[in-house]
Amino acid sequence: MEFTRREAPYLAPRSDVATMMLHVLAALVPAALAHVWYFGPGFLFNLIIAAACCVGGEALMMHARGRNVETALSDYSVLVTAALLAFALPSMTPWWVTATGSLFAVIVVKHLYGGIGFNIFNPAMAGYVVILVAFPMEMNLWVAPRMGDIDYDHLSIMQTLKYTLTGSYPAGQTFDAISRATPLDAIQTGLRGMRTFQELRINPMMGDFGGRGWEWIGNCIAFGGFWLLLKKIIRWQIPAGVFAGVLIPAGIMWMIDPGSNATPGFHLFSGATILCAFFIATDPVSAATSPKGRFIYGVGIGLLIFAIRRWGSYADGVAFSVLIMNMATPAIDYLTRPHIVGHARRGASR
Amino acid sequence: MTAPTYDLGKLHGGLRLEGRKTEATREPIYRVPVPAQLILPISQHVGDDAQPVVGIGERVLKGQLIAEPDGTLGAPVHASSSGKVVAIEPWPVARRFGAKAPCIVIECDGEDTPIERAETPPPYNTLPPDVLLAMILQGGIVGLGGAVFPTAQKLMQAVTCELEYLILNGVECEPYISCDDVLMREHAHQVLGGAQILMHALSLNVGYVVVESDKPEAIQRLAEVMSELNDDRLVLKQVPTIYPSGGEDQLVQLVTNLEVPSGGLPTDIGCLVQNVGTAAAIYDWIIDHEPLVSRITTITGDGIAQPMNVEARLGTTVADIVNFAGGYTDRAQQLIIGGPMTGKSVTIDEVPIVKATNCILVLSEPATIGDERPCIRCGECAEVCPIQLLPQQLFWYACADNEAKLREHGLIDCIECGCCDLVCPSHIPLTADFRKAKGRIQELADEKARAERARQRFEARNQRLEKEQQDRDRELAGQKEAAKQAGPAAIAEILKRKQQGSEDD
Repeated sequence: MEFTRREAPYLAPRSDVATMMLHVLAALVPAALAHVWYFGPGFLFNLIIAAACCVGGEALMMHARGRNVETALSDYSVLVTAALLAFALPSMTPWWVTATGSLFAVIVVKHLYGGIGFNIFNPAMAGYVVILVAFPMEMNLWVAPRMGDIDYDHLSIMQTLKYTLTGSYPAGQTFDAISRATPLDAIQTGLRGMRTFQELRINPMMGDFGGRGWEWIGNCIAFGGFWLLLKKIIRWQIPAGVFAGVLIPAGIMWMIDPGSNATPGFHLFSGATILCAFFIATDPVSAATSPKGRFIYGVGIGLLIFAIRRWGSYADGVAFSVLIMNMATPAIDYLTRPHIVGHARRGASR
Repeated sequence: MTAPTYDLGKLHGGLRLEGRKTEATREPIYRVPVPAQLILPISQHVGDDAQPVVGIGERVLKGQLIAEPDGTLGAPVHASSSGKVVAIEPWPVARRFGAKAPCIVIECDGEDTPIERAETPPPYNTLPPDVLLAMILQGGIVGLGGAVFPTAQKLMQAVTCELEYLILNGVECEPYISCDDVLMREHAHQVLGGAQILMHALSLNVGYVVVESDKPEAIQRLAEVMSELNDDRLVLKQVPTIYPSGGEDQLVQLVTNLEVPSGGLPTDIGCLVQNVGTAAAIYDWIIDHEPLVSRITTITGDGIAQPMNVEARLGTTVADIVNFAGGYTDRAQQLIIGGPMTGKSVTIDEVPIVKATNCILVLSEPATIGDERPCIRCGECAEVCPIQLLPQQLFWYACADNEAKLREHGLIDCIECGCCDLVCPSHIPLTADFRKAKGRIQELADEKARAERARQRFEARNQRLEKEQQDRDRELAGQKEAAKQAGPAAIAEILKRKQQGSEDD
């Protein structure tokens, strides 16, 4: 009897990339529902366009690189990129803006660097930054969230779809009539206009601890994030690092001068801090990989987010922070190699 | 009764694996009858091959010495039953992918006649340690945990160190394998008796008997025998069931909370580790005068009709043992000698069981696991690595063949436990890749050594040539000087000669 030849170990692996990516997508579902609830159906249109462009772009690139298209698409990583990009976009975004970001993310940032596992930068964030710089006005069209007590006029599904497909505002509406400053924007501009945080806080755009709507999307994201932690799809070091990096300087600044600084809670629940901590910074490919290195990587991102919000010219700084720390990962990994069992500890006397 | 204690050090990473051991431990240990033919490799140990001391056609008795070590590191081989030597030839063995090795083939007469012992030695505790060690060397005993390092040499190295503890390894952390478990259940006396002999030979006062928590019956039995022996040097310790806590260095770390230095041995930090099976073999040899001619082996897996533990004579083929265990099921597709994490895949069942064979594992093909994908640097491999390596970085450098980085990141320290493979979502065969990379590093080192030797030879030659040149130069300078001093007359003479020479042409 002839037996098959294999290499040890012979037990089957316990997980696979596709399952990991599907978990990440599933963890985003509650937040997606909250997003649609607060900011309208535009999110879904963006998601569909982003997904179509990402999948198309990946298929095209795999074909061009002479690889099997199916092997790349079957890991679902490109859908995670699409979803993260959709979360970063204003709910009202013309399709070509979304398409530009998606295609840049997949074609340039992911596949020109060698595809999954080889990209230096987080594709979704690099794609986002490109359209943020290329389409500043479109990327600023945030509508008001659903508020319950006092409601703005909301655009209908058809109006949203028309804008997404053509970029034209509904009859009689203008950019200024539809768009609202995001809470981070409002606070940054207000504080720089010498108003106090307490004053700005009274605005109905502000919710209980962050911006209206944003805080609940944030909660849903955190819920999904904790589920991923529980499932060990992600590890605690990066989220903990990001939170520490944002909250500690925010707390210190706020304690020194509560008038001209937002509360740490506001920093946490507004903008993309939570999304970044659990879903963006945790992209394993572009993140640091040693356990200690991941914490440092997270802290770096958090500090940069806070610095950009506090002193920079963009209201939020998640994408820039992530891209900057992506560049630092090889150095971080090198400097944070763990102690190898049986070797003298670094720094210990020999 | 001595209660097991838990004051343990920490091991990084590791995996909780499904044990799958109960299938084979339900029944007692069965003895496999004498086979028609025994195939005894002359090298069943780490070190140099033993040399046959019997000829073809010679009749041998059970326990008779048939091959003797001639190097510094090795162990003798004994006939495991009586019969006639019919061949000494290469035979497939349980190395990787069934390579061949020289074996002594014995046709058994089925009578199993043992050899007469010349004399009964005095009780071991009256013997000085060096005599005891020399006796152990004669027994053909090697480490039965799988490493098969000659025990006598391990002990001789150990006596040169400052030892504190004997650690008896009853951890057996790899799934499916249960030969040590059943040995401790059924032969606890031999195990602990062997420990006492070892402690006497090494003048040790602390002997930890370490067993994994998934073997309550073995722990119970050991505790009973310990209270009978009433030897307060022996301490029973229980460790959590985590793979690979049974690795020698890992066990030392668990028990003492000290790390075995890279490239060093447990004896460097005062520990001597012996497998429980080895201890029992020492007992059998020293007390009952039976050399190592059989061992307990687990035969299990979904490819085996009746999984069980058997005591089989060394040299019995896998095929014979499978027949004894009810044959194969129709799911049998892979044959692994050893466990599912570190065992060796062989293609034919004609291979004999040897001193190292703790398990015969026959498995079905695993469900299709999908192709290898690129590493996504998720770092799960680093979470489980017991050595705290970064396999994701090692993999990167192994692909790039970057020797300096591989060394810096500790490739040499990899114990090839296979944990990283099991958690890799990209299904990269990391352990196999690291094994290959280690091989390449070794090759490079060998090549470097060769190049270094060549360089030294070359330099020596250059020096020699230079010295010869200098000598010649000096000689020439001396001649010139002499010529100068001889004065113009001599020069005129030379010129004249030259002129004559040219005229002659």
